[in-house]
Parts: sequence; C-alpha cells; structure tokens
Amino acid sequence: MSDLTHLPRVGEASALDAHGLADNFNDLHPPLNARQAMTESQRCLYCYDAPCIEACPSDIDIPRFIRQISEHNTNGAAHTILEQNILGGSCARVCPTEILCEQRCVRNHESECQPVLIGLLQRYATDHMRFDGHPFQRAADSGRHIAVIGAGPAGLACAHRLAMLGHRVTIFEAEAKPGGLNEYGIARYKMTDDFARREVEFLLEIGGIEIRYGQRLGHELHLGQLHADYDSVFLGLGLGASRQLGLTGEDAPGLAPAVDYIKTLRQAEDLTQLPLARRCVVIGAGNTAIDMATQMARLGAEEVTLVYRRGIEAMSATQHEQEIAKANGVRLLTWARPEEVLLDASGRVTGIRFAKTQDEEGRLTDTGEHIKLAADAIFKAIGQRFDDDSLSDATASELARDGERIHVDEAFRTSLPRVYAGGDCVAPGQDLTVQAVQHGKLAAHAIHQDLLAKQEAA
Amino acid sequence: MTPSNDSIVNGVDLSVDFAGIKAPNPFWLASAPPTDKAYNVERAYRAGWGGVVWKTLGEDPPAVNVSSRYSAHFGNNREVLGFNNIELITDRSLEVNLEEITRVKRDWPDRALIVSIMVPCEEAAWRHILPLVEATGADGIELNLGCPHGMPERGMGAAVGQNPDLIEQVARWCKQYYAKPVIVKLTPNITDIRVAAQAALRGGADAVSLINTINSITSIDLDNMVAKPTVGQQSTHGGYCGSAVKPIALNMVAEIARDTPTQDLPISGIGGISDWRDAAEFVALGAGSVQVCTAAMLHGFRIVEEMKDGLSRWMAAQGYDTIQAFSGKAVANTTDWKHLDMNFKTIAHIDQDKCIECGRCYIACEDTSHQSIAKLIDASGARRYEVIEEECVGCNLCQITCPVQDCITMVPQQTGKPYMSWDQDPRNPFRQAS
Repeated sequence: MSDLTHLPRVGEASALDAHGLADNFNDLHPPLNARQAMTESQRCLYCYDAPCIEACPSDIDIPRFIRQISEHNTNGAAHTILEQNILGGSCARVCPTEILCEQRCVRNHESECQPVLIGLLQRYATDHMRFDGHPFQRAADSGRHIAVIGAGPAGLACAHRLAMLGHRVTIFEAEAKPGGLNEYGIARYKMTDDFARREVEFLLEIGGIEIRYGQRLGHELHLGQLHADYDSVFLGLGLGASRQLGLTGEDAPGLAPAVDYIKTLRQAEDLTQLPLARRCVVIGAGNTAIDMATQMARLGAEEVTLVYRRGIEAMSATQHEQEIAKANGVRLLTWARPEEVLLDASGRVTGIRFAKTQDEEGRLTDTGEHIKLAADAIFKAIGQRFDDDSLSDATASELARDGERIHVDEAFRTSLPRVYAGGDCVAPGQDLTVQAVQHGKLAAHAIHQDLLAKQEAA
Repeated sequence: MTPSNDSIVNGVDLSVDFAGIKAPNPFWLASAPPTDKAYNVERAYRAGWGGVVWKTLGEDPPAVNVSSRYSAHFGNNREVLGFNNIELITDRSLEVNLEEITRVKRDWPDRALIVSIMVPCEEAAWRHILPLVEATGADGIELNLGCPHGMPERGMGAAVGQNPDLIEQVARWCKQYYAKPVIVKLTPNITDIRVAAQAALRGGADAVSLINTINSITSIDLDNMVAKPTVGQQSTHGGYCGSAVKPIALNMVAEIARDTPTQDLPISGIGGISDWRDAAEFVALGAGSVQVCTAAMLHGFRIVEEMKDGLSRWMAAQGYDTIQAFSGKAVANTTDWKHLDMNFKTIAHIDQDKCIECGRCYIACEDTSHQSIAKLIDASGARRYEVIEEECVGCNLCQITCPVQDCITMVPQQTGKPYMSWDQDPRNPFRQAS
C-alpha cells in the first residue's frame, strides 16, 4: 500500500473498541431467517415474462427460484440461481438490486410498499443449500485446454462453465488468492465470514480447473505465449491500476488509491492495526468511493468527506449507496475539482484544495472560488485502468480497443482469433460483479461453440 | 369495545329467535372443544357470544380420547385454511356435564344454551337422557348425527346421519320425550343434503344445523409416511372444518333453503365462519343463526366483538334493522344452471392505470382459457395487456388471478337480447317446445 505508515493505528486513535469495530464490519444487510424468507417469498407474484428476469444481467429465473423457496425446495432454488450464475452467493450480497431486479419488480410500486427482496432471497437460497457433492457435472473430457487470465468473477464464471462443457482450464491469477474484487475490492461489511474464499472453493468442486497464483499478465506470463500454448484464452484481468489525479504530491505519504486501502482492509485479520485517517477526504463518485468513505467512517474517523467534481445526480454510486454513506456520517461535497494537494514541511499530506466548479451549458468550468479541506489522508477513487505492462507484448498489442478497454463482439470474442475477454476489462457494461459473471459464462459458450465449429471443419 | 350482552349494536337489533330459542345475537359457538365445560362457556358468554351449543353429551362411561388430536391444512404463510380433528364427544361424565349446564343456564339466562346429544340409536337410550337434559333448563337440544370419526364405529354420529330413516326416527323420539326445540345437525358426508333435511323435518325437528365436519386427511408426513395428526406411528381420517369448508357449507345451506319441503325449516349455519361477512353470507342464504368453532379455536373468544361490530355496521349501512330483515335474501337468486340467462354477457376490462404489468392474467388466459388477452410491448419496452373483447367469454379467470384489487373488472354488456334460459335456448337439443 502507498505510504500511510505515519498515520496512527485504528487501535490507538479510534473511539471504537474491538467489539464496536467488529459490529461495524458485520453484515450490512443481515440475512433473512427461514421464516422471513418464507414470508417474503410469498410476496412474489410469479409474474409471467417477469421484468426482474429482464433486469438481471445474468438471466436468473427469479420467479422460479422464489417459488422454490416458498415450496421449501431450497436446493432447487439454489440450483435455479447457480445454473445461470455460479457466483450467485456473492451477487446476492453485492448486486445493486435497487437498480436491477428489485427496481423492475412489479411490486416496486407506490401501492405495494416495496419490491420483493430478491437479493436477500437469493442469499437465503445460496446460504442454505446443502448438496451431496457439487450440483453441476462435467461433460466428457473434450481434450481441450483453455487459459483464463484472472480468478475474478469473470474468469471464475468462464472457467466453471468451460469445465461443465468438458474442457480443462488453467487460471492464471496475479494475486495470492482467488476471487478478484470479491476477495479484495468489495466493502468488508458486504462480504463477511470469508465468503469469497468459500464460494470459490465451492465453484472449484466441479473439477478440471487449476489455478496458478502470482501469475501477472505482462510480468510472469504473456498473451503471445498463452495463445500459442492453449486452445483458447479468456482475458478476465480486470483493471489493475488506479487513475491518477494528475497533481503534484501524487506520491506523497498520505495520498493513496482507495482500492489499495480497501484491499488491505479486506485482508486485515486485526482491524485495530490499520492506519486511521481521522480527517479523511475521498475523491470520486462511484461505489468504490462510497465503500472507502463508509469504511473509514466505520473504523472511527472523525471527519470523512466525499468530494465529487459534478453534482449528485451525475454520481455513478446508486442512491442506496449514497444513503449508506450518509447514514455513516459521510459528508458529500459536490461541484469541487481537486486542484492542489497540501503538504507539510516533511512532504506529508495535510489537506487538499479544490476549485469550485459549475455546469456551463454541459461543460464543467471553474467558478473561481476555492475550498480547502484539512486531511490526514486523501483517497482517490476516480476509476481504474489497465496496468501498463499487462497488454504490452506483441500479441496483446494487436488487440482492438474501445477507448482504453478491450473490444469484444456480442459473444465476447476479441479481435484476435481464439482470444476472448469479459468483465471490467471490456467495453460494455457498468463494471458489476453480476455482469462479469455473465460475460464469463457467455464467453465460455462462445469458446465451446468455436472449438466445436473448428472440429467439424477439420 | 366493551363486551356486552346488549342486542342493540350500532343502532341495529342483532337478537334472534331461532326456532323458539332466543339469543341476543346470532353468533353461537358450535358444539366442540370450546364448549366442553362451564369454564370455557362462561368465558365465551363473558366475551359476548349470543349462544353456545354444549359439547356433545353421551352415555356413561364417557368417551376416551387419544393424544394428538388436531391437524391443519396450511396456506403458504402458515395461515390455517382448514382444520381437522379426531376428537370424540365429551370425555367427562354425564353427571358433571348436566350439573354444569344447569348452573351456567341459571347464571346466564339471556344467552342461548343448547345441548348437543349423541346416544345409541335405540329408543331407550334417548328416553333415558332427554328428561335429564330437559331438567337442566337448557333452551334446546342439537342431535349430533354427523360426527365422522370414532362414533360411527359405535353405531352413532354419521352412521345415523347418513341414513334418512334413522334421522327421522331419532328426531321423532326426541320430539316425543323432549318438550323444547330439537335441532338436527346434519353431516355433509352424504350425496344429497336435501334428503337428510327432509328426513329431519318428517321426524318433527324444529330446525337443522349444518354442516358437521367433512371426512379428511389434511397432510402426510413424508419423512415418516404417515398422516397427521399422528398417534404413535399411525393416523386416521378426521373431521374437516375451518375456512376451506365454507363454500361447501354455503351450498348445502342453500340447497335446503331452496328445497320446497324444507324452505321454511330454520337453519343454523355452520362451516368456516371466520368473520362477520361469512356470517352475513350464511344469513343471506337463509340461516337464522350461525355457529363458529375453528375461528374461535385459532384466535380466542374475543373475535365475536369484531363480528358483532362489523355485522351491525354493515346492516346499518344497508338499512337492515334486524337479522330477519336480510335472512334468505340471496336464496331466490340462487337457482339451477338451466335457469341462467343464456343471453347474458360480461367481459373483462383491465384498468391500465392500476395494472402493475405482472402478466398473470395474460398467461392464465393464454395457457388455460380463451386466449383473450393480448400482450403488447410499446417502444419503451413497457408492457400493456389488453382484453380482446371479441374472444372474451367472461369466465372471470383473469380477474381472479390479478393481484391488484379492482384492476380487472367484469363489465356486463348490453346485448339487447331478452332473458332466455337453457330450456328455451334453440341450441339445446332437449329443448322443450314452448
């Protein structure tokens, strides 16, 4: 992590004791118990051509799994979920259901009080499933071997589906653990009890999938070599690097990417040993910015300010996420553009100055006013981009791009034959876990189809 | 609300005179566990019930019950749709029951107290018990000829109620050896309820009450492959009651009310009555009082206050001053299928402002009815369901499956055609020439 070593530890500076900290990082939305799940499942109207299914990026047959819950068929419900979304457990926890299935629920209607709590019901089914062995089987061995880059949601979903279709898979993962953002990037209170690890263990039960850790594209391995060695390659590498503010002091102690801090927080065994920014500024407007600000507040920071250069309506964080931040005492400051990182004599962050902005006929311009915020630490959450080295070899350089991201067709084929991509590293989408799962799943089917077509042609 | 025995509630008179039995309101507790002994009955009176049918008395030695006695047919939210029991008649001695009945009637003179009786189908048995019951001062008796379990094996209960000759015979003995009103309680476990009611009338019964419980098995414990309630490793059929039986009971009440020989025979309606509206429906089909059991067993005696309040407010709004004023009002409109108007036409209408676009009406009609609902999708992707009026037969299925109150309504059409029964319909191959 960037240098935050000069900050006090949570254990010294936070008003919270170990107990309070533990409470603050428990499940944000406690799971439904059996009775609640039964009652809630009854609220589902079992719509025909249900709008919630249309809204689900991973095509889960929601009315069916809810009806199965109501019939006490929990394993059947879980199977319905997992056959479309093998990471249905983590999606149940992290999906912004308020803009997906639950938004489209026909009961999300003034006269109906609230939508069916689809996310929590999905969690109920996946938490309470009990299978004798893995619920999905591998097809007969195809003799094909596919390389998957990245053990995040896209790569895992792709690998699992490829395994179901009878192919062997080797996943190359840069980190020491699988799960990608589920393991390292999601707020701790959204993914408790080591769920990300347990879910991957479950997924791997299907067999035929090997994961090699510490294998970073552009460092330990290169696309050209993989392309030569494997029948197909799926790129699910995500976006490994954080965008820069582009200001002097970018490397100063006290200024850090939010994703780095969140990663440390997610892996921390003892929260009291984390550095605490008593006065904290987070720059950004997405769910990562919210996760960062809220978690620092929950660690016991006294003042957390989330700053965005445009207005609230332009924030990519959902209304629900903004409410979570506000409920935790996070202050939202809008129409302010970072202008200068303020440093003390020893070069450490002491604050940040912003230029006030305005919307002038669609253009963001400065008003001429300035604001200074004192801060012990500043966290930037202004988006992710490719690690420069990852796609630097001769083969990777040939990949067509959409802007910065990898260009794919509707079946997730890249411009290179036998190379596919999905998840955050490709162009379409909102960078959601559920979308990454869908990309991986659909790419697996495209890989399978293309291999079959080739076999027939041969 | 303070429980009261006042028959005037919300400005209307709820009192009834049922076959000569007077009560401050038509809400009586049926012969069942809630009326097993003085303790319960007095609590019921205190709560405001207008009358009680004391749990069935029999000859000594008293019946012996098994442990594990009730089971239920649950809805998905654990609401009890139907209720099943394998209890027998009173398991207390005749002497104890008679003593308590005497005392309770003395202390609660304004409430109806009716004694349910079941003894073997022998004249001597009835001749023995009836004077003892009469001596208690109770207002009348109800003959339990319908109990479907345990007692038929002893030649009593449904074994009698399923045989019209025996019904007539027992009713006649009762009228011979008992001076006060005799009500015959009918079992629904027969083919034609009218035959049983006519038999009771021939025997001289003053009234009938119905329905008793229906033979039932509510559910099977699939882990142990045995029905519920489970006694050890076994089970047996019981008697079914509660909300789920109301439609069956209403039909049987209507059958008797419409049948010429019994059209003036007082009926005490029983079967799934859970609220004032259920009670009003039984009265509308001719019942002069109603009996409640399951709802009280599920919620306690206090429900009678809501029943009295709801019924009286509705009556006041309708301009009905007494129960008698609307008793039987729906009987004339209940007829045989052949008398229905073949020229009547109604079709569904969907209120688009109320529609939540769930598609339930569409798939129900498309898969299982007359393909009369079109699913349209506009440019924005919003759904719109529209009735294809030419195809709609007015079956009501879409309205039933719609989860939104008043979103789908059935709209009678002006056809300009006169009333025409099936008897008159030229499409009827057996039409009688007029």
